[in-house]
Amino acid sequence: MADDKDNAEAILSEVHKKISDAFDLFDHEFNKTVDVREIGTIIRSLGCFPSEVELHDVITEAEDEEPMGYIRFERFLPVMTRVLMERKFRPITEDLLLQAFEVLDQQNKGYLEAEELTKYMTLEGEPFTQEEMEEMLSAALDPEKNVIAYKDFVSMMVIDDAQ
Amino acid sequence: MGCGNTKPNQLQLKKSERGNLSVPAMRSALLIQRWYRQYVARLEMRRRCTWNIFQSIEYAGEQDQIKLYNFFAYLMDHFTPASSERNLISHIFRDNDLLRDIEWERYFNYKNIEIPDDYCGPHLTFPLTTCIVTELVEAFRNKQQLHSRYVLQLLGETWKLLRLLPNINHVSTCHSKEITICGDLHGHLEDLLLIFYKNGLPSMETSYVFNGDYVDRGKNSIEILLILFAFLLLYPNDVYLNRGNHEDHMVNLRYGFTKEVLGKYRLHGKKILKLLQKIFSWLPLATVIDQKVLIVHGGISDTTDLSIIAKMDRHRYVSSLKPPKHRRFLAKSKVCDDDSDVEDAGAVGSVERRRVFSLTHSSPSASLHRSMQQRRSLQSSSGVEEELQEQRRQAGLSVEHQSVCSETELTQAVEADAEEWKQLVDLLWSDPMTLDGCVPNEVRGGGCYWGPDVTEDVLNRHHLHLLIRSHECKQEGYEFCHSRRVLTIFSASNYYEEGSNRGAYIRLGPDLIPHVIQYQATRTTRDLTLRQSVGRTERSALRALREQFFAHKSDLMSVFQQYDPDNTGLISLKDWAVAMETVLHLALPWRVLRSQLVNSTQDGMLDYHSWFRELDITEPNKELAHTNVLETLYKHHSNLETIFRIIDTDNSGLISFEEFRQTWKLLSSHLKMEISDEAIVDLAHSIDFNHDGSIDINEFMEAFRLVDSTHHDMGNSMIKAPS
Repeated sequence: MADDKDNAEAILSEVHKKISDAFDLFDHEFNKTVDVREIGTIIRSLGCFPSEVELHDVITEAEDEEPMGYIRFERFLPVMTRVLMERKFRPITEDLLLQAFEVLDQQNKGYLEAEELTKYMTLEGEPFTQEEMEEMLSAALDPEKNVIAYKDFVSMMVIDDAQ
Repeated sequence: MGCGNTKPNQLQLKKSERGNLSVPAMRSALLIQRWYRQYVARLEMRRRCTWNIFQSIEYAGEQDQIKLYNFFAYLMDHFTPASSERNLISHIFRDNDLLRDIEWERYFNYKNIEIPDDYCGPHLTFPLTTCIVTELVEAFRNKQQLHSRYVLQLLGETWKLLRLLPNINHVSTCHSKEITICGDLHGHLEDLLLIFYKNGLPSMETSYVFNGDYVDRGKNSIEILLILFAFLLLYPNDVYLNRGNHEDHMVNLRYGFTKEVLGKYRLHGKKILKLLQKIFSWLPLATVIDQKVLIVHGGISDTTDLSIIAKMDRHRYVSSLKPPKHRRFLAKSKVCDDDSDVEDAGAVGSVERRRVFSLTHSSPSASLHRSMQQRRSLQSSSGVEEELQEQRRQAGLSVEHQSVCSETELTQAVEADAEEWKQLVDLLWSDPMTLDGCVPNEVRGGGCYWGPDVTEDVLNRHHLHLLIRSHECKQEGYEFCHSRRVLTIFSASNYYEEGSNRGAYIRLGPDLIPHVIQYQATRTTRDLTLRQSVGRTERSALRALREQFFAHKSDLMSVFQQYDPDNTGLISLKDWAVAMETVLHLALPWRVLRSQLVNSTQDGMLDYHSWFRELDITEPNKELAHTNVLETLYKHHSNLETIFRIIDTDNSGLISFEEFRQTWKLLSSHLKMEISDEAIVDLAHSIDFNHDGSIDINEFMEAFRLVDSTHHDMGNSMIKAPS
């Protein structure tokens, strides 16, 4: 029992350090605060895959009563610890991602037209901004054929991530 | 909450309305978006890490510079006059004003310098014309070099002009409709040329303000200066230059400008540098547009007062690292006269008011101490600093003149100096922060961090609307903060590495609304995707980091061994991270970086011996057996080179054994470490490759450059002095 307790404490301590390190990376003035606009990046870099709405909720929890445009570490830590311990916002596997593309590829072509993907990404779900769309296309698009071979795209991105 | 719960119902209702789009399609789109945003965030994280690496190494370098300077000052004050070490470094403290201006002009005379017949670089005639200056720009674009005769001539004319300019440039938009404002250039000629290409050359229709940091790091610092000065001479009412913290010969010793000039101008480089010292000290400190927009290089502090800045003798502050010389008594009575020029007060009244102020103030030396303490905010050397200040206070009080002076008057003068110095350093070194308040800028070692409340206060006090500053590299080339009342502009693209950041400049019209234009100097980097540019910069940063590891190998080893009492050769990754933090003193997220820096682990344990081997750095000269010395050299490479250059007084590139030995002793007392004379002599002999009793500085430095065997890269490194 004592061992388990030690283990639990050790795990908690590691989680805290992880969060702290990620937070510090954006703490430009070394005063334990980060700009609220960077919280999404921090949370995602810790391995979470929240949607925009879910992100917004976490931010609201971590903000001060009077939102000042920045988030303080002492409020962020407990919120984020809970997120990690409860394993919220689980990762999206390669298979799931591939399936998602296949669903969009209604005609089963094996690829998506640039226009098709753009329409989905910028009009549906939690739409991309133009900048996000352009960046995705620059990585995914085969410029000669003007299509996205999504299977290759997914494999490439997954390798990148592993690096 | 979370869209997962509510959306399907909404979607089902809307299915028929939406026609083609089914629930699975909606969900899929959402999933892809969610996943992609995570991916981008991960990339952003890596980019941020990389940035931090470069920036912390850069700022640690700046701090180092200041520490080194303080150390020299301490030596100067404590060594007996007979000591040879004192002679060695005394000339960096030599008063510039020993000669009067007329005598300097004779020294800088270019007329005896002949242009050889085979010179095919650009020619200058004075007065300059648009044609000549345009050709100069073209010549530099074609990588030609301006002959030292013309350099000295051009600089001489520039010096004459700058002496006439006020501390604060006042510009009006009614004169020429729009004004262009550029930030740090740091020797990146290609960026300046790109700006001219996109925006036009400076002219009566195209006004420019250049906001400092023209030199250091890049390879064409001197060419940038020559171009800017040429345009200044050509269009003195349309070109405005501000001083940056790098317009400072002490900083230049470390960051590459001195080396560049001496390398390009072997015969006359020293003279050119001397003249530039004067020119830098005469550069204006700020520019104000339409009484509403303030442009300074660094920023402000809670005590910033433009009226003090407007009145000071700016040229007395040759290096912003160096506190003001104590005023001679003659000059001091001039101070009293100047005081009487205060707007409303009567002559006598204002002087008396000052006197009373200093009497009721808590002990003058304490306030001096306090204000100087703020500017040298490196706590670890506080013992030295206190000594230093004591020395300076004493120096201030030891008057060489026969006339009687009151102690209060003299300490007043010293106080006034300290106040002015603080104003100057704040303008050139400060950075903004998000929290309210104003605190010493300990990261850089000079200036302060100022908050939004200070911006409000200072701008309102001076009836200003906007502060434009530079000094910090920004990924997009610019950044607003403090509710858009502060705008940072940075014009050196790819500053840390290819693809690291864009450059930008501002156009400001009579409406005083800043329009920012961005660019990036090389086409290839523009076309790189996000992940490619992150990857490239990242590799470079990691390389710089690995060099730091190597430089600190024994310290790291001993900490590792503390965590491994049973000598298993293994430590946990957690302990690895703590060790890195403790030894390297670089504020980096070691746990985040861990995956990039540690290749193989078993069960979360790292074999640290093999980790060091895998760092892939080959030691360049295995015959030099003194590993301690080697490591110290790597670690303090910049310091060592700086000291060398100071010592090589005739810029011959050679120093004698004796000078080398003394250099080494200086460095080792700075570092508070013991190295035996024998080891030093051994080292000197082994480096003297041609056995002629002297050491070539460049060869010495070459012998200790780190070679990263995986990349065969003899090029960029943050540790090596930039070329």
